Amino acid sequence: MSIIFYLVSALTLVGGLAAILLKNTVHCALALTVAFAGLALLFLSLDAQFVGFAQILVYIGAVAILVVFAILLTRGSETPKDGVYSRHWHTGLVIAAAVFAVLGWAVLQSVRVLPYETKTPQVTVMQIGNALMSRYVLPLEIVALLLTAAMIGAVIVAMHDKNGKESAK
Amino acid sequence: MNPLVAYLTVAAMLFAIGLAGALTRRNAILVLIGIELMLNAANLNLIAFWRYGPHPEALTGFMFAIFSIAVAAAEAAVGLGLVIQVHRHAHSTDLDAMNRMKG
Amino acid sequence: MQEAMTFTPQLAASPVAGMVWLIPAVPIAASGVIALLKQPMRKTSAALAIGSLFFSLLLAICAFTHVLLGWMHGEAIRETVNFTWIHVGSTNVDLGWVLDPLSAVMLVMVAFVGLLIFIYSVGYMAHDENYTRFFCFLSLFAGAMLGVVISNSLLLLFMCWELVGLTSYLLIGFWYQKPTASAAAKKAFLTTRVGDIFFLLGMVWLFSQTGTLLFYNNGVGSIEPLALVGLLGQHAGLGMSAAGAIALLIFAGAAGKSGQFPLHVWLPDAMEGPTPVSALIHAATMVAAGVYLVARVYPLMQAGALAGGSTTALAVVTWVGAFTAVFAALIAVAQNDIKRILAYSTVSQLGYMMAGLGMGGVAVGMFHLITHAFFKALLFMGAGSVIHGCHEEQDIRHMGGLRKSMKLTFATYAIGMLALCGFPLLFSGFWSKDGILEAARHWPLSQMPSHMLVFGAMLTAFYMTRQVCYAFFGSYRGHAKVHESPRVMTTPLAILAFFAIALGAIGTPAWPWFASFLNGKTATLELSAFGEHGFLLLMLTSAYVVFLGLGFGWLLYGNRSPKAEEADVLEQRIPLLWKAMSNRFWIDEFYGFTFIAFYSWWGKVANWLDRRVWGGLVTLVAGTFRLWAHINRFLDTNIVDGSFDKGCEELASGGGLLARVQSGRVQAYLRILALAVAVLAALLIWSSRA
Repeated sequence: MSIIFYLVSALTLVGGLAAILLKNTVHCALALTVAFAGLALLFLSLDAQFVGFAQILVYIGAVAILVVFAILLTRGSETPKDGVYSRHWHTGLVIAAAVFAVLGWAVLQSVRVLPYETKTPQVTVMQIGNALMSRYVLPLEIVALLLTAAMIGAVIVAMHDKNGKESAK
Repeated sequence: MNPLVAYLTVAAMLFAIGLAGALTRRNAILVLIGIELMLNAANLNLIAFWRYGPHPEALTGFMFAIFSIAVAAAEAAVGLGLVIQVHRHAHSTDLDAMNRMKG
Repeated sequence: MQEAMTFTPQLAASPVAGMVWLIPAVPIAASGVIALLKQPMRKTSAALAIGSLFFSLLLAICAFTHVLLGWMHGEAIRETVNFTWIHVGSTNVDLGWVLDPLSAVMLVMVAFVGLLIFIYSVGYMAHDENYTRFFCFLSLFAGAMLGVVISNSLLLLFMCWELVGLTSYLLIGFWYQKPTASAAAKKAFLTTRVGDIFFLLGMVWLFSQTGTLLFYNNGVGSIEPLALVGLLGQHAGLGMSAAGAIALLIFAGAAGKSGQFPLHVWLPDAMEGPTPVSALIHAATMVAAGVYLVARVYPLMQAGALAGGSTTALAVVTWVGAFTAVFAALIAVAQNDIKRILAYSTVSQLGYMMAGLGMGGVAVGMFHLITHAFFKALLFMGAGSVIHGCHEEQDIRHMGGLRKSMKLTFATYAIGMLALCGFPLLFSGFWSKDGILEAARHWPLSQMPSHMLVFGAMLTAFYMTRQVCYAFFGSYRGHAKVHESPRVMTTPLAILAFFAIALGAIGTPAWPWFASFLNGKTATLELSAFGEHGFLLLMLTSAYVVFLGLGFGWLLYGNRSPKAEEADVLEQRIPLLWKAMSNRFWIDEFYGFTFIAFYSWWGKVANWLDRRVWGGLVTLVAGTFRLWAHINRFLDTNIVDGSFDKGCEELASGGGLLARVQSGRVQAYLRILALAVAVLAALLIWSSRA
């Protein structure tokens, strides 16, 4: 594996770690963006150019921005008195470690059939479009419906109460 | 080393990091961040298997990853909208304080 | 000596014999009715009692006439009516009644004397508030005694015998508030019970040997010759046959009831009862039941005797009787209570009767019984009249000169006293006593009883003179105003006095009607009989002895009036012997020292056993059960309940514990989800490895 790979992986992982460890929530969102960027580079190195760019466009361009917006909108009670970590955070850590152990074990002791030594695939947008319209037309339509519903739903969920009655807390 | 194994390991680590974040942070938005990381780790897994799989020209993994990104975006939108609405009611995003569903 | 009786075999019972059972039944029924009457209904109860006994008397006279007519026509009547009472497998227990000369004579005597005493009681008990109860018991007694007389079965006789004993107890203890009276009643009952146990033994033995308790049953009765032969064949030890042993056991019962030594101790104490009771029960009838019983089972007593000889049983009867006669007469000399003197006199005369039965046969003993009944009842009733007239005074030392103030009583009492002494020729007592003395003189075994009986006759005359002199002669030493008794009391006295004289006529050797009647033979008037067998000499001897006693008594006690506190004249002469006689030879004290003391000690032991040992066992068992109950309760509350409660508690807390999983916090759920996925994945991978 080339050095590029290790660097980019390290960037991604550090970004991810920073995203969960930092105290300031906005810093976490920005670290997330870095992680996304790292992942986009990994995609590119895997010759999935379209996915990589889609990742940048969607994740960094939409999701990360959305997260930042949400953080900004939910400020007010930002510095919690009990710290940023939840109760029994060590239990969560242990469980995450356990999951990683299982995944690692699965990966490391599986039969090495792959990878096939294939030549680099040349994925053109035309191929992707063809596939979307022929083979994957059903998922396409469903995703379209899903996106519509999500959009409407998000709007309704986040809307202010028209009655003017807000919950007292 | 086997490139597939390398990518898979990275994905596994990212996934674990995301899970740890979702399980240990108090803020609801940070839980969603963790979930996004997990989804991204899964995407990486998919692409890696597409690239080093038997038939890359079938574009199976590729398509899957694209749809996954779309769904993740929709889910992030709805989830964050919910968090904002919860914040309006409870004036807080502290998950530990939200135990009205207590049994 | 008795000859063997021959009675005509009975074909069928005559109507008279069929009615005989009414004679005891009616007074018993009257007694039952009186028991239900209220206390103030005095006239009704007296009328019922007297009426029922009068009815029985009429029936008895009918029965007697029937037997008499049969005898006069030369048939000796013995009719029985038997029936089966208990039927067990092949064994029967029969009861029945008999009508023969012996029972007929006794029936008339008991009913007649009883009736006179009932009438007397109307006057004597007039001031008593338990009048009705008295007549109830008297009536019951009369019925029971008549039942004893007519029974043909030893079992029925025993049942009526016990009933007689019961009524005697009830009547002696009539004034039960007096402790002496209730003690005397108990003593009478228990002492006669001792005799009754032997009676019962004899009865059971007889039944087991002969298979029947009927006396006469067309040849197969228990004392008929067929059965007697069987009994004689068995030996019972001490040289006696079974017949003799059974006879002695039955005699033991008779000795208890008739107050023979050593079971005589109850009779003098029985004087605690009212005087009519003493007259009826303890002079004329109940005590005579023993003598009657011996007469009834005489064939058993006599079984095995050779011609002119005697048996062991009869010898025992004679010796006991003779000894009792002298023993009781000696004690009577030193008594001061008017009724006690008469009581000991009764014991003595019963001894005479037993001796007469033993030596002379049924007729001799029974004749003295009949005459004694009349003059002893007369004497007791006269004593009652004296007590009544002296306002309940019973000590003769506080009486005196009563012949002037109670003339009729004195006259009748004197007749009775002379009859008892055996004053020659005029009085019945002379003839009956001479019959016994004659039999004694001819007894083959020994002449000792004869001497004893003659000595006893002298003593009888002596103590009766002493009593009459103390009570009726001299001057009055008491403090009450003396008066004669009312006519309802003195009329029976006069009637009895008449019979005390008249009955002598039926027993003289010149015309031995009584003996012949009982034996079923004809009687002829033969004045020459006086000359036979040295009878004249005997008459002179007994007359001499009687005059000796009378004269001696008059000499010592005569017309004097000794003060109550002075010692008796005789006592001053022979102080030691007087002391012994006055204290009744300390027999009661001896019994108290030995038997009674042992019995009360045994009672204490039994009480200790019962309370400590058996009671302790019961308490132990009860305690074990209680302990077990405690353990059960402990187990139940702690282990059963406890475990159940504990289980429920665990369940509830477990539920509470499980409910805590639902914390309401999302991250917790997520953690569990992640863990479950990890575990599932591990499982799947691991299982697909192989």
